[in-house]
Amino acid sequence: MTTQSAVVSSLEPVDGRAVIHAGDYINKLSGEQIEHECKRKLDEGCTELILNFADTEIVNSIGISILLGVIDTASNKGAKVVFSDMNETTVELFEMLGLTKHVTLA
Amino acid sequence: MAEHDHKLIHAFGALAELGQEITNKNNFQETIRTSLHLISGALGIMRGAVARFSRFGHELNMLAIRGLGDDFPLSLSLTLEDERQFLSCGLTPIDIQQAKVLPFFQVYDASFERRGLELFVPLVVRDEIVGAIFLGEKATGEAYTNYEKEIVCAMGQHIGVAIAQRNLMAEIERHADENRQLFDEMRSTYHDTVKAFAAAIDCKDKYTEGHSVRVGKFSEIIAMELGWGKDEVEGAAVAGYLHDVGKLTVERKIINAPYRINAKESKELNGHPGVGYEILQPIHHPYTDVPLAAKYHHERLDGRGYPDGLYDREIPYIAKIVTLADSFDAMTTDRPYKARRPAKEVVEDLQRNAGKQFAPELVTAFLGGMLKELQGEDRTKRFRRLLGRDYMEAEGIVDTLKYTLNEMAPTTPMTYVAAAGQVIL
Repeated sequence: MTTQSAVVSSLEPVDGRAVIHAGDYINKLSGEQIEHECKRKLDEGCTELILNFADTEIVNSIGISILLGVIDTASNKGAKVVFSDMNETTVELFEMLGLTKHVTLA
Repeated sequence: MAEHDHKLIHAFGALAELGQEITNKNNFQETIRTSLHLISGALGIMRGAVARFSRFGHELNMLAIRGLGDDFPLSLSLTLEDERQFLSCGLTPIDIQQAKVLPFFQVYDASFERRGLELFVPLVVRDEIVGAIFLGEKATGEAYTNYEKEIVCAMGQHIGVAIAQRNLMAEIERHADENRQLFDEMRSTYHDTVKAFAAAIDCKDKYTEGHSVRVGKFSEIIAMELGWGKDEVEGAAVAGYLHDVGKLTVERKIINAPYRINAKESKELNGHPGVGYEILQPIHHPYTDVPLAAKYHHERLDGRGYPDGLYDREIPYIAKIVTLADSFDAMTTDRPYKARRPAKEVVEDLQRNAGKQFAPELVTAFLGGMLKELQGEDRTKRFRRLLGRDYMEAEGIVDTLKYTLNEMAPTTPMTYVAAAGQVIL
């Protein structure tokens, strides 16, 4: 998995909920795109961010740090973060590093 | 695989990425920002910062911050006691809760507590504090384990080295700037000295007042027309300014003689190029060949010049430039025994002597520069300032220049028959 796919696609918020689809590899470049998109949704008044990891196979350390930043920003704005459709490896990684303690899993 | 092993592999990956990031020649700020991400992501740390230590201000200035809020101080002062303690600890994580005896942690206690900062890592490289890392709580909510602290230390070493290298580069750049400034000042002093010398030389000869300065400026014009670089053009100007420095040792009455001087006086006067060389040679000039220009500015391509009767390629190029500038000024200024010659006649003289007295391509370059100014292609008014408006606007001068340049193009090859019939290539 060395290619960097188009990292993010997102749907416009419905009832304050926005879905953001992460790409296959979450690193600095794609992570910052996710971060930017999340901030934009939060600024638009979104109260629930749903990050869909259905396509995600690898998340590196910078990606983890950026996702922690997204969780922190959402928390400061009173918004909820949902992680959905993660594969087993990603769940294990997120659990090991404590991300799952701060989000709802779907 | 045990979770501990998973964590280790994940952290090892982050450490490898950090090593790569530090060795990349990326923007320093971006490198530090990425480094903070890597530490945070390696151990799942919610917030933190990396700061650089200023040994002049005795403070830690933030380079990268994550999750500490806009009100977190960007600059934190250290006391000498803090510095001593951090140096003695070396690169070891300090538990902020247990280090409140130090003034640093007392002063900033409220800020650290409000943001949940748990670890402080002084970055010590070669027995010097270069910065620090601040780390907040882990996303798991658990305390840092010893092995995690070791990972923080390993990553901190990389970041410390990156900051130390950056400091070193900044120091080198600062020294380079100082040297450049010093060089500019010395260069300016050198030019002032050269001009003072030129004025002293010109004082000696009341009839040729300003001659050295004009020869300097004409030499500069020729070098510019040849397309030389800034330094080389300056060198040509300096060579022109100083070409007659040897005249300082010639008796004033000989220089100013309103009559034809005798053989003895002529010998003394004609010795001025050699004397000039002796004066200039020991000086370490920033430009090459300045002494040679003084020595050989009375040489001719056909070997009939003095002091050594050199031929064409034996004559240094800079001397050929000064020769042309010197002769041009002699022809275009009034002398006690001779009025200045009309521009048209001077141009014809230069053409006639190209290949005999003057290097043809220099004559072409010089006259080309004059024509450009007369036709308005060059608005610097270099010639007009030196020769006067009336002189430059003499009737027919433009046509003469066009005709002469046409006749001389393409440049006459440097082959001619010397007086003795010997063909010089």
